[in-house]
Order: sequence, then C-alpha cells, then structure tokens
Amino acid sequence: MPSSVAPTGHAGTVEDVSGRRTVTDDSAPGGPEADGPWDRRLHIVTGKGGTGKTTIAGALAVALATGGRRVLLTEVEGRQQIAQLFDTPPLPYQERKVASAPGGGEVFGLAIDADEALLEYLEMFYNLRRAGRALGRIGAVDFATTVAPGVRDVLLTGKVKEAVNRPDGTRPGGLAYDAVVLDAPPTGRITRFLNVTAEVAGLAKVGPIRAQADSVMAVLRPERAAVHLVTLLEEMPVQETVDGVAELGRAGLPLGGVIVNMARPPLLKIRELRLARRGELDPEEIAAGIKEAGLEPTPALVEALSWEAAQHADRVALERTERAEIAALGRPVYEMPLMADGVDLGTIYRFAELLRDQQMVG
Amino acid sequence: MAKAGGRRAATGAKAKSGAGGSRRSPGRSESDSSPGGGDGAVPGRGASHPVRPHPAGVPLLDVDQMLDTERIVVCCGSGGVGKTTTAAALALRAAERGRSVVVLTIDPARRLAQALGLTALDNIPREVAGVDSTGGGRLDAMMLDMKRTFDEIVLTHSTPERAQALLDNPFYQSMSSSFSGTQEYMAMEKLGQLDATCEWDLIVVDTPPTRSALDFLDAPTRLGTFLDGRLLRVLLAPAKAGGRAYAKVLGAGLGMFTRVITKVLGAQLLTDLSQFVGALETMFGGFRARAEETYRLLGAPGTSFVVVATPEAAALREASYFVDRLDAEGMPLAGLVVNRMHHSDAAALTVERSLAAAENLDEHREHPLAAAVLRIHAERVRLASREARLRERFTSAHPDTPLVEVEALSGDVHDLDGLRVIGAAMARVERLEQAG
Repeated sequence: MPSSVAPTGHAGTVEDVSGRRTVTDDSAPGGPEADGPWDRRLHIVTGKGGTGKTTIAGALAVALATGGRRVLLTEVEGRQQIAQLFDTPPLPYQERKVASAPGGGEVFGLAIDADEALLEYLEMFYNLRRAGRALGRIGAVDFATTVAPGVRDVLLTGKVKEAVNRPDGTRPGGLAYDAVVLDAPPTGRITRFLNVTAEVAGLAKVGPIRAQADSVMAVLRPERAAVHLVTLLEEMPVQETVDGVAELGRAGLPLGGVIVNMARPPLLKIRELRLARRGELDPEEIAAGIKEAGLEPTPALVEALSWEAAQHADRVALERTERAEIAALGRPVYEMPLMADGVDLGTIYRFAELLRDQQMVG
Repeated sequence: MAKAGGRRAATGAKAKSGAGGSRRSPGRSESDSSPGGGDGAVPGRGASHPVRPHPAGVPLLDVDQMLDTERIVVCCGSGGVGKTTTAAALALRAAERGRSVVVLTIDPARRLAQALGLTALDNIPREVAGVDSTGGGRLDAMMLDMKRTFDEIVLTHSTPERAQALLDNPFYQSMSSSFSGTQEYMAMEKLGQLDATCEWDLIVVDTPPTRSALDFLDAPTRLGTFLDGRLLRVLLAPAKAGGRAYAKVLGAGLGMFTRVITKVLGAQLLTDLSQFVGALETMFGGFRARAEETYRLLGAPGTSFVVVATPEAAALREASYFVDRLDAEGMPLAGLVVNRMHHSDAAALTVERSLAAAENLDEHREHPLAAAVLRIHAERVRLASREARLRERFTSAHPDTPLVEVEALSGDVHDLDGLRVIGAAMARVERLEQAG
C-alpha cells in the first residue's frame, strides 16, 4: 500500500531510477511523439473553472490504470474534488485507493496540502518535523505558503514529483506508480504554477528551494510529462485554452492533448440547422410528424419545439466555430459528450473508455 | 419598472452601442464577431422568449429594487458561472434606470471587455459608450490591475526612495503579482477608494474566481495576524540587530528556529525577506485600518452581496458555501442568481413520450424533421429537469435565500444589447423583440 510507504523520495537519489525508465518511452526520433497515445509518467490536467477538469482527470486516471496498472490521482487546491468524484470520504494527506479499473487496475487518490507538504519537506531534508510544527505555531508556514506563492507551488509540485519518482522495488519497473495524474490549477494559472524555477528565480538563486524547483522541472520534460487542457465549446474556455497553449509553449512546458468536454452532437441536418437558426423550419411538416407519432400538434407545441430547435441550432453553430479554433491549435483533440443527467461515477468509467477508444491512452 | 421598460427600445440602444463600440475600440472589426456562431443575433432572438416562470414557494430576488437603492453590490461565485457578465449586466441596468454607476471587473472575457470599452488596463474608471442615459444615469467601467493598485498604495504611503526599494524587492514583486490573496485585497482596496470619492451612486464589484473568493473577508484578520505576529518581529530582527536578535525576541530555544530559517531559505533570501517585511511594517500600518474600514463598509446598510451560480452540482455547492459564509460574517446577502437555466415551454411533453414518438417515426422512416425536433425536445427537458432538481436541492438547504433564475442564451454575450437582455431577465421584465 502506498499509503503506508513513508515518502522516501529525495531529489537526486531517485532521479536516475525513473530517468532510466522514461528513456525507453522516448521512441520517436527527434523527441517524443506529439500526438499520443500519451505514454507519460505524469499527466497534468488543467482547464477553466466549470469545464469538468476534475472529471476528465479522474477518467484519465481510470483509463491509465486499465489493464492492471497502478495510478495516483492528485489534487492541489484543497477542495476534496477527488473524494466527491469517487464518492469516498474526504481524503487525508495520505494516499488512499479510490477506485478500481477494468483488468485489475487501481487508482489511488491524494489531496496535497501545502502546509503538510512543507512539514514533510522539512522532515525529509532536515529531520525537522517537530521544528516544523513550531514554525506552524508562529505562523511561518502560513507565511511561507502565502507571501511567497512560488514557494507554495514548489511544495505542491515537489510532492507530485516525489510520487512520480517514488521507488518501489517490489513492483515491475521499480516504481510505486505507473503514472500520476494531477488535477491541476485552472488554465489561467497553470503556467505559473508549473514553471516553478522561473517563479522562485527572483527569490532563491541558490539553496534548497532552488534545488527542489530544478528537480521538479526535470520531471516536466516532454518525454516524461504532458499538460492536457480541458475545454468546453464556448467562447471563454476556448479563448483560455488558446492562450494557455501559447503560454505553456513559450515557457517550454510539455503540451499534451486538448479534451473537449460536454460536446453536443447535432441532431439536425446541415440545411435544417440553417433553417432552424432563421426560425424557418416548416411548422406544417413538424405538426404533421407530431400527429403521425400520435401526439396532439397544438400551435403552441409546434412553436415551442421550433424554438427549441432554433436554440439547438444556435448552439451547434457556436460549437462549430469554437471547434475550428481548437483545431487550429494543431494539438490532438479528444471529445467527451454532454451528460444530460449529470456526472456520476458511471460517467468516469464511460469517459475512461472513450479516452481509450480515442487513443488518448494506448 | 415602468421606467426601464419603455427605454429598452432596442433599435435606439443598438445603434448607439454600435457607434460607441467602434469609437471606443478602433481595433475591433466586424470580423470579430465570429462567422456562423455567437453573433449579435443570437441573444436577440432569445429576447423574444417570455420570462421563465419563477419556482413556487421560493423567495424572489428583486433585482431592480436592489439596483435602485443600494450603494454597493458585490458579486461572488466560483469560476465559470458568468459572474463578470452578471456584474456588468447589473451595472448597465442600474445605469439605464438612471443611476450613476461604476463596475469594477477582475478579468473580463476579451469581447465583453471591448463592449465595456475596457481596451486599456489603466486602473482608472472610464465611461462606457452606448449606454442609454436618458434617465440621467451613466456607466463607468474599470478592470482591476492588481499590481498597479498595490504599487499605488506603496507610492502613496512612502517616500520615493523607500517606495523604490520596496518595489525592487523580489518578495514584493512576487507577492504583488501572484499572491493568491492579493487580487482579493486589491479589489477591496479599490472598492474602498472608489467609495471614498463619492462619485457614483452605485459600485458593482466582481470578485476573483478563486477557490476562496471570499478571502477578502479575512483580509483584516489576516493582515492583523501578519503585522502583529511574532513571526514578523522575528523576521524584522536581523534587519534591526543582526541574527542573534532572534533569541531576544522569542526567548530560549530559538536557535533551532534560526537554523531552520537559514537552512531552508538561505542567507540572501533572509535579507530580502527581512527588508521586505521591514518596509511593509512602516508602510502598511494604515493598510490594516483601511482593510477594517472596507470590511465595515461591506457589512453596512447599502451593501448587498449577490451570489452567482450555474445549475451544476459543483457551482451550487460553492454557492452554498458562499451563502453560509456571508451569513456567518453577518454580511448582507441579497440572494442567488442562477445563470444558464434551461426550460421548456412544452415540458408537459415528457422525455419518455417525446423519445417514444421519435422512435415511432424513425421506425416508419417518416417525418425525419419531426423526429429530430422531438429528440431535441427530449434532451432539453432532461437537462431542464436535472437543473431544476439541483436548484431545488439548494433551496431545501437555504429556503430563505431569495433567488432568480436566468434563462440560458445559446450564444456568448459580448455587447451591451446582450447585457441588456441578461439584465432584463434578472429583473424578470418581459424582454422585447429586437429589431433586425
């Protein structure tokens, strides 16, 4: 059980363990393949608020675990989203199994907390857990994690890095997890969050914080990690995705795929969509059909249905425009349908299957 | 209400907003409104739809009364629920009802920013063009520049040399541009500044879409703990008397503390830090008093909080949290705006009957259009009943919280007409058919 394993990860000592392993992943000449399936140690899932990024992160974890692998799903925003997603009690700062995947796979969950991560870090490096508690009492932990946000992000990503690199001699590959999925901060903040070296550069040019930041960056190489962006086919999420891709690219962070969530398949033919948008669907044809099907075609019903068809057509048109923007990014795109009844545990497994069908996960 | 109705004649307003838009933002071209989708016509046709019925037994949020009487309206809610759009729509409606209004936005979508004339991020309210001012009102808008607001505070409260030293300090730079709480603090600082000028009848504030969008409520306490804390004195010590002063401040056993600090942070960092904290102490004595003043302002009569949500489990959960939190702080909650609700005028035709009818037609390979339309209807009713269930769940936990449901538009809002439609929907005014 990973939960019982003390965090033995230490920057520098396990680096070569996973380093050796990931070299084999990097098969394509001139760099790792850029269009999936994404065989990576670390999957970072970001997206604007409300796009369903946690759902996608959960589905990706299940997809990766399918066939008997062990995957860790982590969150860093203190919202207990993983527990809600998998219908489990709130997660402590400890890895817990949250789901099984088809074929004997296992998904573990971990809610990373910056304060706890700092204490763990102090203990790991300096054997200073008690001192850490004392620091907590006088507000130092609070201070370090609020006033110097870079330090906070280094702690959070540092813990993720530790899980990615954690050795476990009893397992194939010698690592505790086959893959780690991070339900990351939203698109607007993701580049800053991941680009920890740049973030602490002004604060710490040398020293342990800098060393920690550098070891995080080592995990964020394209052959070991990928940042996936979740979006809806709506203006703002798409705009943020376009901006996010540009920012991540500029920062040299490893781009993954784009996952379009809550897509609605068009239910009308192209010509009908056009007519519906103009409010020109033939009311007599609709009335005749409704009557044929055994319903009473009152004018009010026909009008209501025509209006709903127009709304649908507008939505489809909007989605088409936004889809073109996403396609122009030149990234692999995966599409998840809108679940009219809402997201539940079943949705996670359904989406995991779709991610596999669409070759996001091999 | 009568005041609002007549003036919403769409043709006039539309012409004005068009002219205003091009004057305000010369960079904006017609091709900006996307071809095929999300153009101005979309909210326009939505406007012909009647106001959705208000759920029985739930107190109604009277938006117009709030807009006519309050001095400050604060919109909060989680990210992606349309908070900024709601704030802008409320502000526009209040202005067109005759009040002098300023809206403080945090991070508007590009096109909404353009519609409000927010092309330059200069931290100064600018008048929005295209607002119907026949009622004597006006609308100004500004986008919060967090770092600049912070810099301004530093510059106002210090000598130029001292201010420069702080502005150059790496900790200051880090905190002023990325501290997750800075945005909240600065939004409230700006609110205080705007209020102090007494230039407007009403200030509408958008809050940052952070996890703890109500962090600003903690600002006075947090700043207080921060500035009065033992930690601060410890960190100040080296600047004042050299490293050994730690022990004097905190008494025995502090060798360990020194060791940790230097080990974890390093010596240079410690110097920067103590300089930063020292500068803060001299400058920010008044800052805390201001934070407390703003806190009082938020709780005072004349202020209303509006919680914004969408009919999704996560957004409504956050909304519940906001409502409880505001309640616990004794902050005046006006109510909840549930955006993007779907409803059907033909809800009597159930999902099951609708789908069965569609299948029936498919089987006989007849009337494919009617079959498709029935499927669209079934999908809509399913969505609508799910949304209604989620909203009911909120209501059963907060039966006394007034709310208003706002119909989903099929396109995004990026002009004043779109904001007018939303404002009218929030006020539950029958929307008028728009010309064109």
